[in-house]
Amino acid sequence: MNLLGNLGWDALPWSQPLPLISGIAVFAIVIAIVAWIFVKGHFPYLWREWITSVDHKRIGIMYIMLALIMLLRGFTDAIMMRLQQAMAAGGAQGYLPPDHFSQIFSAHGTIMIFFMAMPLLIGLMNFVLPLQLGIRDVAFPTLNSVSFWLTASGVLLINLSLLIGDFSKAGWVAYPPLSELQFSPGVGVDYYLWALQISGVGTLMTGINFVTTILKLRAPGMGYMRMPVFCWTALATNLLIVAAFPVLTATFAMLLLDRYLGFHFFTVDAGGNAMMYVNLFWVWGHPEVYILVLPAFGIFSEVIATFSGKPLFGYRSMVAATMAICILSFLVWLHHFFTMGASANVNGFFGVMTMIIAVPTGVKVFNWLFTMYGGRVRYNTPILWSIGFMITFVIGGMTGVLMAVPPADFQLHNSLFLVAHFHNVIIGGVVFGAMAGLNYWFPKAFGFTLHEGWGRASFWCWLIGFYTAFMPLYALGLMGMTRRMQHYDDVTWQPWLIVAALGAFIILAGVVCQIIQLVVSVRAREQNRDLTGDPWNGRTLEWSTASPPPPWNFAVLPQVEDKDAFWVWKEQQRTGQHAPVAPRDYEAIEMPKNSPAGFIIAFFAVMAGFAMIWHIWWMAGIGVLGIFATMLAYAFRHEEETEIPAGELARFDREHPVRHESEAEAAA
Amino acid sequence: MSIAAAADHGPPPIPASEAGPAPKRIYVSFGFWIFLLSDIVMFSAFFAVYAVLVNATAGGPNGAELFSQTNVAIETACLLASSYTCALMSLAVASRNRLQTYLWAAVTFVLGGAFLALELQEFSNMIAEGATPQRSAFLSAFFALVGCHGLHVAAGLVWLIVLMAQLTFEGFRARVERRLLCFALFWHALDIIWVGLFTVVYLMGVRP
Repeated sequence: MNLLGNLGWDALPWSQPLPLISGIAVFAIVIAIVAWIFVKGHFPYLWREWITSVDHKRIGIMYIMLALIMLLRGFTDAIMMRLQQAMAAGGAQGYLPPDHFSQIFSAHGTIMIFFMAMPLLIGLMNFVLPLQLGIRDVAFPTLNSVSFWLTASGVLLINLSLLIGDFSKAGWVAYPPLSELQFSPGVGVDYYLWALQISGVGTLMTGINFVTTILKLRAPGMGYMRMPVFCWTALATNLLIVAAFPVLTATFAMLLLDRYLGFHFFTVDAGGNAMMYVNLFWVWGHPEVYILVLPAFGIFSEVIATFSGKPLFGYRSMVAATMAICILSFLVWLHHFFTMGASANVNGFFGVMTMIIAVPTGVKVFNWLFTMYGGRVRYNTPILWSIGFMITFVIGGMTGVLMAVPPADFQLHNSLFLVAHFHNVIIGGVVFGAMAGLNYWFPKAFGFTLHEGWGRASFWCWLIGFYTAFMPLYALGLMGMTRRMQHYDDVTWQPWLIVAALGAFIILAGVVCQIIQLVVSVRAREQNRDLTGDPWNGRTLEWSTASPPPPWNFAVLPQVEDKDAFWVWKEQQRTGQHAPVAPRDYEAIEMPKNSPAGFIIAFFAVMAGFAMIWHIWWMAGIGVLGIFATMLAYAFRHEEETEIPAGELARFDREHPVRHESEAEAAA
Repeated sequence: MSIAAAADHGPPPIPASEAGPAPKRIYVSFGFWIFLLSDIVMFSAFFAVYAVLVNATAGGPNGAELFSQTNVAIETACLLASSYTCALMSLAVASRNRLQTYLWAAVTFVLGGAFLALELQEFSNMIAEGATPQRSAFLSAFFALVGCHGLHVAAGLVWLIVLMAQLTFEGFRARVERRLLCFALFWHALDIIWVGLFTVVYLMGVRP
């Protein structure tokens, strides 16, 4: 028996120079950064203030940083695929061998969904939710840290496959029987499964945490119908996480049992049923689409109301539409595989349900339009993303409704038309939404605004690049090109694919603009300081505290009297209906203590996951025991909370007077 | 006290949804409820798979040939009784009676352990007869569903030991009481799942 299981020197890709060199380069950079942190002595600060932090704002920022790094990784994969397909027509084979190309499209999808889109939106929710709800932290702050570090564990595992072994070649959905041991004997599918199982536990914990926070912890006076729309969409998203992610966990557990212990859930022999995997996968997978896009809808609702200077049109219908989508999202999964061979009635039912889900979405689009109508719209970067979204998402939605017609879907299934459709809604909806949210809430998080010019430039590059990259794919899909092709014989497709590659490079220019925007803004931060806490004349409670907010968010919990609580308060101040703020009675508050539990659990989770991938059973045992021991130590910890004395709260508020626009006007 | 009377006197009462953050005891057990719901969703996936694969025996044995009614009856009796003793433990916690808490926890542990032992015996008998999870898709689904419940019971037993240790060292601290409350919820939820499992697997499985 080998002490290191299946792991040996041949795990490194010696024969493939491209993965070898890029893998070594990435690892060298990571090791260099870690070494620099230690040499410069930044580690104690990082450990104290970030790694062990249970502050929802810090955790949110770490989620977003993780997601942006993974955006670069996933985008690199995208550029590689577009280049390959622009080259490999007719006799030419391009520069990527089929084995490598299959890993790239699998990694691209997996990373973009699980490690870019999910952490980006969970990060935004983490940062914003408690601030909007007018409270000091989420319900379970340490669990929140565990969730983040488990997500980071998944990221680490999936990126280890760059250099050690290889990644799955079975697509981001890993359908059996291809993903079974019989047809995928290597470690690729195991990397996929363990990375997603570990990060999936983290996501489920986030869902439980946020549902509890929203339903049980809101500022006094904030009834359900006074919650900001972003909180509503976050509630719907987290309910979906709680109801959908356990199905994914169970499904992956079954595939793991098939692969490790010879079970027969999805195998081709002994009565296994591969289509059952496809059903179960999409029972999770379709709600997942809404898990991603609902928070983005919430961001657009906040951004459009704020920059139009009007309350959101149709608040109640927006809430109803959100919850309708939340429920309907569980009734459409079969439209991902109309070609399975279910009866016409079954396909008909799911086709109709899919079309119905466009109705609440349409309600939302009209609400946003009516919010802007008659408003004094300020065209800052966040609203540009919002307008770009409305146009792009409606197009993507309409191609979706088109594919909801089963006979049409039989033609378009697995074609580039489908690829164009879901990028149309995910980039146009989720990514644009996250970008709007980043530009909108950045000053709240860091205390200075982002550079407008570079923000606009990045928006225009993304928008134009998106259309250039994906509109040709609709045409190609109609011409019969299927997805995931490393090479094709029909040379008439090539011009379209060259245009698509060009589009990818325009998006790249957008990404570069965003990096420049960040650098320029950080360097000019002193000029762009947000001293008021309210740079956009906002409507919700997060703008009523300092930028960046203190660890406790609010020294005294705000009293909410209506929707758009902060706006109402500002109006009352302006018109003098409200007595000037009385001197506050500060009371000492308890804040949860920082804890290394999340980081340590994640360390052992990576160990266990890596050991399982390479069949190093003793090491997997140590990993599991380590997790258990950490949980025990945490359960018996002495101090749970630290007290922040009233004097410190008062001092912070004195030093950071939140100067609202109304007061500024009065002063002028 | 009537609503009209309340309306006559003083300002209208604040609706529950506007009352501000809930106390920790409430939201901790609420969060645990949400976790239990997610766990039940996970079980529902295993149930659905079992229902799909129940006839996929691939020429191997089916439920009617494998399941022993007596064994399952005793198992069920143990688990249901352990739920009752777990509730008695909760009452002892509520009255802060340490001795009774230990007593009922021990009885719960023994009954849960007996359930687990019987289940493992059933599994080993089946494996000895060649009815392994590798034999057919039906058996894969059976072992996964029943085994998943068994794993939960085992985890519950470990948790119970940890909680008793914590009770010994810390007494009835608020956090110990909260955890005992969550444990009780967990244990009763396992019972509910077992009722479904007993019906779908063992009763419907031996239907002629």
